[in-house]
Amino acid sequence: MNILGNVVEHYVLLSAVLFTIGAIGFLVRRNVLTQLMSIELMLNAVNLTLVAFNRRYIGDMNGQVFSFFIIAVAAAEAAVGLAIVLSFYRLKQTVFSDEADQLRH
Amino acid sequence: MTAGNVFFAVCSIAALVGAMCTVLAKNPIRGAMGLLLTIVGIAGLFLKLNAQFLSAIQLIVYAGAVVVLFVFVIMLLGPDAGANKGDREPSAKLARLLAGGLMAVVSVVTLVLVLRTAGAPQRFGHVSDQHGSVEAVGQQLFTKAVVPFELATALLIVAVVGAIAVARSRHQVRKEKQSPSPTRRFFHGPLHPRDAGRPLTGEEL
Repeated sequence: MNILGNVVEHYVLLSAVLFTIGAIGFLVRRNVLTQLMSIELMLNAVNLTLVAFNRRYIGDMNGQVFSFFIIAVAAAEAAVGLAIVLSFYRLKQTVFSDEADQLRH
Repeated sequence: MTAGNVFFAVCSIAALVGAMCTVLAKNPIRGAMGLLLTIVGIAGLFLKLNAQFLSAIQLIVYAGAVVVLFVFVIMLLGPDAGANKGDREPSAKLARLLAGGLMAVVSVVTLVLVLRTAGAPQRFGHVSDQHGSVEAVGQQLFTKAVVPFELATALLIVAVVGAIAVARSRHQVRKEKQSPSPTRRFFHGPLHPRDAGRPLTGEEL
C-alpha cells in the first residue's frame, strides 16, 4: 500500500480515466458549455500525464515546460470558445450544439 | 500508509468526483464547480509530483481565470444556459449514446490490455528540491523554450483580440447609428406626422 501515488502507473491510470470521462462527456452532452468543460478535463488529464512522466527524469524539465504551454493554449481556447458560445446564443437563443445547423441548410 | 499516500488518494478521488460532476450535471453551474474540484485535485497531484510551479500556475490560470470565465458566461446566459429542449431528431440521442458507449468500451479494453502486459511498477527515485521549482522551469522556459514562449504570448494576444471581436455585439453598434442622441432627435426629427417616414436633410432646415 506504501506504493500508492509513488509510481508513474497510478498517475497515468488516473489521467486515462479522466481523459475518458472528458471524451465521453464531449460526445454525449449537447450543452456547448458542458462540452467546453469536457475539453478542459481532457487537457488537464494530458497535463497530468506529462508531469507524471517528467517526475521520472531527474534534472529535465521538458515535460513541465510542455505542460505550461498546454495550459496557455487551454486558456486561449476557453476564451475563444466562450466568445463563440456567446455569439451563437445571440444568434439562436440557445446553447445546444445540435441547433448549430447553419451550414446544413 | 503514509501522509503522501493519503494525499494522493484524496486528490485523485477529488479529481474523479469533480470530473463525473462536470459531465453529469444538468445545471452548468454545478458542472463548473465540478471542474473546479478536478482542477484543485490535479493541482494537488502536481504538488505530489514535485511540480510546485505548475501547481501554482494551474490554480491561478484554471481555477482563477478559466472557471471564472465559465461562471461569467453561465451567469450572462441566465436560465437558458441549462434549459433542455428535447432532441430534434429521435435518432440523435441514440447516436450520442452509441458514440459515448463506444468510447467507453474502447478505453476499457485498451486499459485492460495495457495493464495485462505491464511490468512491475518502479518507484519514483529521489529528486532534488530544485525539480519543478520556479527557477528550474523558468531556466528552461527562457533558454531552450524561448521561441515557443514568445509564440505563446502572440497566441494569447490573438486569442483575446479574437474573443472580443467574436463576442462583441454588432447589433447594438448598428442601433446606436440609427438613433442619434436625444438632443439631435429633438432638433432634427420630423416636425409634422406626415414627415415621419422621411428623414430630414440639412438643406431642408
